[in-house]
Amino acid sequence: MLRRLFRYLLLAAIVAAGVAFWLTRAVPLEEDALAGAEGDVENGQRVFTAAGCASCHAAPEAKGEDKLLLTGGQAFPSDFGTFIAPNISPDPAEGIGGWTLAEFASAVTRGVSPEGKHYYPAFPYTSYARMEQQDLVDLWAYMQTLPASDTPSQAHDVGFPFNIRRALGGWKLLFMNDDWVLKNAASEQARQGRYLVEALAHCGECHTPRNLLGGLDTSRWLAGAPNPSGRGRIPGIAPGTLTWTEDEIAYYLETGFTPDFDSVGGHMVAVVENMALLTEADRYAIAAYLKAVPEQSEE
Amino acid sequence: MKKIVTATVIAGVIAGSAALAQGDGSAQIKARQGQMRIIALNLGILGGMAQGKMDYDAEAAQNAADSLAGVAMVHQPTLWTEGTSSLDVDGTRALPEIWEDNDDFMTKWTAFADATVAMQAAAGTGKDAIGPAMGALGGTCKGCHEKYQEPN
Repeated sequence: MLRRLFRYLLLAAIVAAGVAFWLTRAVPLEEDALAGAEGDVENGQRVFTAAGCASCHAAPEAKGEDKLLLTGGQAFPSDFGTFIAPNISPDPAEGIGGWTLAEFASAVTRGVSPEGKHYYPAFPYTSYARMEQQDLVDLWAYMQTLPASDTPSQAHDVGFPFNIRRALGGWKLLFMNDDWVLKNAASEQARQGRYLVEALAHCGECHTPRNLLGGLDTSRWLAGAPNPSGRGRIPGIAPGTLTWTEDEIAYYLETGFTPDFDSVGGHMVAVVENMALLTEADRYAIAAYLKAVPEQSEE
Repeated sequence: MKKIVTATVIAGVIAGSAALAQGDGSAQIKARQGQMRIIALNLGILGGMAQGKMDYDAEAAQNAADSLAGVAMVHQPTLWTEGTSSLDVDGTRALPEIWEDNDDFMTKWTAFADATVAMQAAAGTGKDAIGPAMGALGGTCKGCHEKYQEPN
């Protein structure tokens, strides 16, 4: 009797392990999913700017034109270890020049590498998962036009157990969701802002607090959060935590000046440099969206 | 003899604490934050005119630009003494990198000073001249805050 129970339990454990193994596998996009798609380089540049690719993948402290050399190397400390942005320049050996469009799309929107491994969500694919397919195609087309760098990517400095990439499959099941956080955006302007904030500019990745496992707490969407590097706080930008008018938000995103004429600092400087290159309509759309999300209180 | 030693030690401790109280950097931090407020106030005048929120007034614009240039002339090392970073004391967002890479920090202050001189030349000549000078000035603010200021 006991032996039979043991056998059942063993069988159940094997089945559960199998199911877990299946559930946590990396699922890339089918190779022909984007077959025949034509990329628009000009729109790709806009997507590239709004998504802030260069802000993390350029060399540390690169400025101006140098920011377009996506050689990697910037370090991002977190509670789980230090992540080093990889080379995503079009170099075929050290960058992503040898990838197919489908492999690129799998990386950006699913966090799956061409080798079928999970990426760490320091790469904000949980936001990019909301990207429109054509924008992805255009982004790929634009990135082909950038200079190549033959600098090898560096390994992340992540200790056990977070170095088990397979576990990220479970993390994705729990925390990855390509639904909009703001389900009902009332106006076309707010929907445009929602796309910019939730998909491309991935504002929630820093401005929303995370749970113990590093998943975003969407009930506290844009309420502000500790700085992952451990120094200071990332301020809230939801109503109740940010009291600026839409004009003031748009002006800040263009110039970096707060309503009191304090200046933007830290990593947000790179964000403002990108937002300044978008259109005025884009900046006002972001402001409209920030007024439309649920009110939050500072912790 | 023991009493004398004890008294000397106590006196030493009191003297030491007094020295610490004077050298806690609070005066420097107040001065730093004060100069930032003077900068912000005057940028607000110029920015308000550039945005059209305030009527353009050549004299007021010139005064604001001159004030910015005046702040830029304050000898900065007096204000940024060692041991006054956000790691050392509360109430400041000045990152330790300021002292680790002090030459770069001072170069960035000089860039701000140069931009204030350009603003002095532009501010009195008309509303449209303020915008570009303001952009250049803002760039120097960002250039320093990006690396040396803790997020709030």
